[in-house]
Amino acid sequence: MKLLRAAKVLPVVLLAAVIAGCDGSPWNNPYPESEARANTLYSSFSEQPKHLDPVQAYASNEYTFIANIYQPPLQYHYLKRPYELIPFGAETLPKPVYLDAAGRVLPDSAPAERVAFSEYVIRIKKGQRYQPHPAFARDASGKPRYHALSEAEIRGIDTLADFRETGTRELEAGDYVHQIKRLAHPRLHSPILQLMGSYIVGLKALADELAALAKGLPEHGFIDLEQHSLSGVKVIDRHTYSVRVKGRYPQFQYWLAMPFFAPVPPEADRFYGQAGLARKNITLDWYPVGTGPYMLTVNNPNRQMVLERNPNYGGETYPAEGEPADAARGLLRDAGKALPLIDRVVFSLEKEQIPYWNKFLQGYYDASGIGSDTFDQAVQFSGGEVTLTEDMEKRGIRLQTSLATSVFYLGFNMLDPLVGDAGGERARKLRLAVSIAVDQEEFISIFRNGRGVPSHGPIPPGIFGHREADAEGINRYVYDWRDGAPQRKGIDHAKKLLAEAGYPGGRDARSGKPLLLHLDTTSSGADSKARLDWYIAQFAKLGIQLVIRATDFNRLQDKLRRGTAQLYFLGWNADYPDAENFLFLFNGPQARAKTQGENASNYSNPEYDRLFERAKHMANGPERQALIDQMVALLRHDAPWVWSFFPKDYSLHHGWLHNRKPNQMANNGLKYQRLDAVQREQLRREWNPPVLWPIAAALAAVLLLVWPAQRAWRRREQRSALDGARR
Amino acid sequence: MSSYLLRRVLYGLLVLAGVNVLTFALFFFVNSPDDMARAQLGAKRVTPEAVEKWKQQRGYDKPLFLNEKMSGIERVTETVFYTKSVRLFAFDFGASDQGRNIGYDISTRMWPSLAVQLPAFVIGLLVYITFALLLALFRASAFDVGGVVFCVLLMSISSLFYIIGGQYVFGKLWSLAPISGYDGGFEALKFLVLPVLIGVASGIGGSTRWYRSIFIEEISKDYVRTARAKGIGELRVLFRHVLQNAMIPILTGVVVVIPLLFMGALITESFFGIPGLGSYTIDAINQQDFAIVRAMVFLGSVLYVIGLILTDISYTLVDPRVRFS
Repeated sequence: MKLLRAAKVLPVVLLAAVIAGCDGSPWNNPYPESEARANTLYSSFSEQPKHLDPVQAYASNEYTFIANIYQPPLQYHYLKRPYELIPFGAETLPKPVYLDAAGRVLPDSAPAERVAFSEYVIRIKKGQRYQPHPAFARDASGKPRYHALSEAEIRGIDTLADFRETGTRELEAGDYVHQIKRLAHPRLHSPILQLMGSYIVGLKALADELAALAKGLPEHGFIDLEQHSLSGVKVIDRHTYSVRVKGRYPQFQYWLAMPFFAPVPPEADRFYGQAGLARKNITLDWYPVGTGPYMLTVNNPNRQMVLERNPNYGGETYPAEGEPADAARGLLRDAGKALPLIDRVVFSLEKEQIPYWNKFLQGYYDASGIGSDTFDQAVQFSGGEVTLTEDMEKRGIRLQTSLATSVFYLGFNMLDPLVGDAGGERARKLRLAVSIAVDQEEFISIFRNGRGVPSHGPIPPGIFGHREADAEGINRYVYDWRDGAPQRKGIDHAKKLLAEAGYPGGRDARSGKPLLLHLDTTSSGADSKARLDWYIAQFAKLGIQLVIRATDFNRLQDKLRRGTAQLYFLGWNADYPDAENFLFLFNGPQARAKTQGENASNYSNPEYDRLFERAKHMANGPERQALIDQMVALLRHDAPWVWSFFPKDYSLHHGWLHNRKPNQMANNGLKYQRLDAVQREQLRREWNPPVLWPIAAALAAVLLLVWPAQRAWRRREQRSALDGARR
Repeated sequence: MSSYLLRRVLYGLLVLAGVNVLTFALFFFVNSPDDMARAQLGAKRVTPEAVEKWKQQRGYDKPLFLNEKMSGIERVTETVFYTKSVRLFAFDFGASDQGRNIGYDISTRMWPSLAVQLPAFVIGLLVYITFALLLALFRASAFDVGGVVFCVLLMSISSLFYIIGGQYVFGKLWSLAPISGYDGGFEALKFLVLPVLIGVASGIGGSTRWYRSIFIEEISKDYVRTARAKGIGELRVLFRHVLQNAMIPILTGVVVVIPLLFMGALITESFFGIPGLGSYTIDAINQQDFAIVRAMVFLGSVLYVIGLILTDISYTLVDPRVRFS
């Protein structure tokens, strides 16, 4: 009876739920109803950022946040290509002054060997102010309010929002200098300390000095950087500072566009340096303090991170210039408007691709990448062109593609006796034969859904030094120019090279043993099997047996460090848009096995190194291009990598999101984007009406089950013992 | 009873010590302190000096188990094992390898785990036992056979399929609940419906069959026949006699799980974006954060030991014949 009574009540509950949902708001909306028409962009993150301290952060998922919070002196133009640096915190682009060893000014044309130092004088914009933050709060007497918190005060605090008072102050040149000193902080482990230590005058000495000091301090003892000077970096006046670097180093300006050189106020170090706050996980690594367009107001990387407009940010407007086609694409419509255009950006934790994709289709995320699982659902190839599928078109979704400033490759370890330098010309021909046999065009088509461009050298398109794969620019060791397009050399040519290398038909001509090559890879599992099988088939075309050695990331890195791998897969993503940032991957002195550098193939060619030393600090121009061409020619000849591909990024966004343009270098693109929240809400309601009949059907099914069950049970209860016996 | 409990606690301490040593040995069998440093410092421009400095500051530059450079007790205390693992016994979890306070993180992340696990556990228990009792009531009928086949069918489906299928059907196709996400307070309710529903549904097959077999076994006992012979109704027999006497095997499987509800569910939390301890552990494993891994394994072991002790205590409550010895 109770069951029946419950069954009678359930429809009432259902009806109430239906009435509650009758205002048309979707039931599956993961955001509060109050935000429905807010000027808020919805995005996601899949992994908790490890660092938000600009001195430590280096990963792209960390830059997603801090590049919008901090204000380095320079930034990349959002629309112009090739990538162009423009002022951000600085008033103008700094022009280096070259000095000789005696400190005398040299002309710009002075040869690199005469230049002992380059001095960058950076004048910052006046009137820039920090986001409201308790580190700046002051009491009635003007003293910092929260710099000497008692244990009792700390006990009542769990997050930064628990501090009632905040303050702000104007950005000063000294804050930029303070941050450069922080690069040398012994507890912060800046990944660029060693590199910058070799360039910025006095940085290494400061690092040694601070390390010695830290040894004498307790574990969390405060190191007051203001008590230590950095000889090469000076505050000239309140809004000007200078940085002296050793020699000529034009790439330094690119570093000035990275958060490593963004200002951090000393007050922040003093505030967060209180041990009690660290115990509550209130650190600068968790709660940034910046002068950029946004500030992090919610940092719960277990669930959500929220950027909100910094009320003290101003003075920056949407660019009025871009590429020629930008105006037609509507990308200049907001020219001159104050930035940022979006008030709030909510990043929700979304670890898995499938829920993320489905929520994008429901309108709960404004933009999305395209995973291999969803590729066919999103795009199609028609006549060689990539277009959106009909379903995506109907939803008003837009597709954008761009070539990443990255390169993927299959590397040979040049220390390996079989494929490396020790093998001499035989090994070189073997490497070339493999380079021809591994059909990158097929790989891109099968495994990347066409999202990539075969590489003919290490420098990706869009970066000075890259040569288009035309009749002049192709890698002639692997391709021929036929019918107006590069054609991969035939497998017969590769077999011929292999025979010349001493392995006719994939067997050692001397011993008759089959040629075995070993590929160390972190790829494993069902998804990777097809890809690895494909590689085995590519090598088998030459009769070579490829042995896959599945390993984990740590072991692979260890093998690369020790120089014991034979073949391996790796990729490189540019720090800055300069050829040096790719060509250094082959620089002998940076060999992984020797110096733990980034030259994972341990390639060493004195001629290449000589050219590299000449070209690396040269300004872009015909002379540098000629040197780069010579270096790339050497690399193609020596083939330390199987040149694989430059990845192509595909991204989707809804029609209500405007001003999106892929920019591989800039990470602070949020401030330029604009959205139509009213249209978004309208479409969300249209796309997500709750379907209620399944609930009614489920209830009916339960009732249908309960009723016969109850009848059967009653029959059984009322049955006499004799009935049972008769049966 | 108190001496029994004391003995169990002491056994538990031994188990915890063993788990601690095993976790430590296994972790450092596949990861070296260098690997951990590199995982934390990132993939780009990591110098050997930076790795050494990282290890030194976090105490990973010491030998693992025995410091031969030291003498006396310091041979043992000046090791990674002693400095990192022994203090766990005082529930001092210390800081993660990223520098965050683990105890604080656990205290904030256990609630979302519990918010999903507890209702799924309670509702699940009610559904499974009710369904199993129904099957037992109609045993050997078409309903029973159909129910068992249904259970076997449900058991044959991967738990991942329940999650993805549930998200697709309820979240996407019917738009009845958010596909994933989490919020605080009452707002959390709409995010909990789907994971709880899926959590319950995914357990129906296995659990119902398990409880059914317990009830069927119990029903065939003499005291049930006696009760029926005395004219007691079937429902009363089932609920007052069978259910009560089946409590010991039920409690064996159930009580031990209760403390572990805090630990969360790894896959569910990952797919539904629930910021609980399950995803905390998975993230730590992926990031090779030994400090968190050891803390979570230790906590899991403690809770399991507590669960076992609670199970023993619960036996005495449901069956007065059981006495500690």
